[in-house]
Amino acid sequence: MDARRRARSAWLFLAPSLAVLALVAGWPLLRTFWFSLTDADLGGMEETRFVGLENYRELFSDWLWWLSVWTTFRFAIISVLLETALGLGIAMVLHARFAGRGVLRAAVLIPWAIPTVVSARMWGWMFNDVYGVVNEILLKLGIIQDALAWTADPRLALPAVIAVDVWKTTPFMTLLILAALQTLPDDVYEAAQIDGARPLRVFFRITLPLIRGPLMVAVIFRMLDALRVFDVFYVLTSNSNETLPMAGYARRKMFELQELGAGAAAASTLFAIIALFTAVYLVAARVRVEPEAT
Amino acid sequence: MRRSVLQRALFGAVVALIALYTLFPFYWAVVTSLKTGSALFEVEPWPRAPAWRNYPQVFEQQPFFTSILNSVLVATSTVAVSLFLSVTASYALARVRFRGRAPLLLMFLGVSMFPQIAVLSGMFELIRWLGLYNRFPSMTVSYLIFTLPFTVWVLTTFMRELPKELEEAAVMDGATPWTIVTRVFLPLMGPSLVTTGLLAFIAAWNEFLFALTFTLTSEERTVPVAISLIGGGSAFELPWGVIMAASVIVTVPLIALVLAFQRRIVSGLTAGAVKG
Repeated sequence: MDARRRARSAWLFLAPSLAVLALVAGWPLLRTFWFSLTDADLGGMEETRFVGLENYRELFSDWLWWLSVWTTFRFAIISVLLETALGLGIAMVLHARFAGRGVLRAAVLIPWAIPTVVSARMWGWMFNDVYGVVNEILLKLGIIQDALAWTADPRLALPAVIAVDVWKTTPFMTLLILAALQTLPDDVYEAAQIDGARPLRVFFRITLPLIRGPLMVAVIFRMLDALRVFDVFYVLTSNSNETLPMAGYARRKMFELQELGAGAAAASTLFAIIALFTAVYLVAARVRVEPEAT
Repeated sequence: MRRSVLQRALFGAVVALIALYTLFPFYWAVVTSLKTGSALFEVEPWPRAPAWRNYPQVFEQQPFFTSILNSVLVATSTVAVSLFLSVTASYALARVRFRGRAPLLLMFLGVSMFPQIAVLSGMFELIRWLGLYNRFPSMTVSYLIFTLPFTVWVLTTFMRELPKELEEAAVMDGATPWTIVTRVFLPLMGPSLVTTGLLAFIAAWNEFLFALTFTLTSEERTVPVAISLIGGGSAFELPWGVIMAASVIVTVPLIALVLAFQRRIVSGLTAGAVKG
């Protein structure tokens, strides 16, 4: 069979998926962009008027939007840093040979499978200001003198949200790093051992540079995920102003205040930020979508 | 290199610490789910008098069984549609050379990173227009935005690894691409389909934003939304025992799945994340 017929059937094979994506991704995205240029209201979507960039002008002069940008970026950067450090540590442990390694490897996967809403509620109870086990342990250890209102105190709510997110997503980081570690050749390490290199030196001079590529991919992947965060904040801190992520801001505008146009402007801005990061990721990680030889 | 006793003890302590960190929140949820009344406020490793009352109460206070059924329906139908569509798509992307293949692959990868909030208002309009608002297919339709690119991408990675000779023989015999997909590749793809389907299932099962926005009444809610709303309107302390019981109920099957399919989940996740 000739190449041209094969190419034609390839497009035929792709057509249903492309049509579905055009319907559930392309079209809604375009509509969101359009809404962001109108005064669309959830109550009466029929009588919308084109208002140009008015929604964006309002958005950029709203202090709450900038607060939510600040909240989201602090959350994303701190969470991803902690996850990377923890993931690296746990992956190094799992890479070593010891009895019970299989069991531990299965156990660290568990937080990843638990729905975010459920983990937010589990931690919400552990962080309870009066009866929470976190306060109880910290009080017993003498680290704090009085019980803290973790999820209600604006200064503590963000650390609490970060704790939940780190717990839930470290397994993903661990798995990707472990997969990278397992591809490393043994002879490099044998050579280092003969030279008598100290373990820490081996880690920073050999291991880390060798897994840099996959590590970067994992970090950017998680970063993209963290920037669009919604559910942890929504469930744990009950939608308060001090801890409102960008996605939460957009949803509140659209569905609680019914200002669909204004919310769409916020959503479009978030989309632009994530698109920018995605582009950086594709370039920086030099993603190869085609294998070398097919 | 021989390790000293001290080093081994230290390593053991680190292992124990990791296990404690990952498992404690779930363990604590189980402990709490067995407590009612004032027992909730005592911190103890295991309740002195385990109370099972919270478990039936989860189902009495809200249509929780319906929520579970909704979640199963939504996740299963989403996975079925995604896998069905992505088998042929991933064959084309993995095995056929044609112009436009690289941009298409990038497009699938790009869509899988879409923030859901960016399509929320347009999707809401689409759902209402299709007449699906407050009905479970609204979630099946909208979840395709993240499950379909994911299944296409992962299946493409898996399909590339199948040997070339398989196909060549069939092409020699004059088989059409359709025959090759359905007769040669599909029978070999069982394990990959299970892995990919499982990961997509978990993603659909855990989704919150669309489910919260596209449903209105408690009969149409999925599990995550139902759990997020338990005790919502009350002015009193939240019913923590009941909330934890509900959390345990929906988490146990997921933990069972993870333990049973551990290796496959790992291979699917690493295939999905693009090796740089």
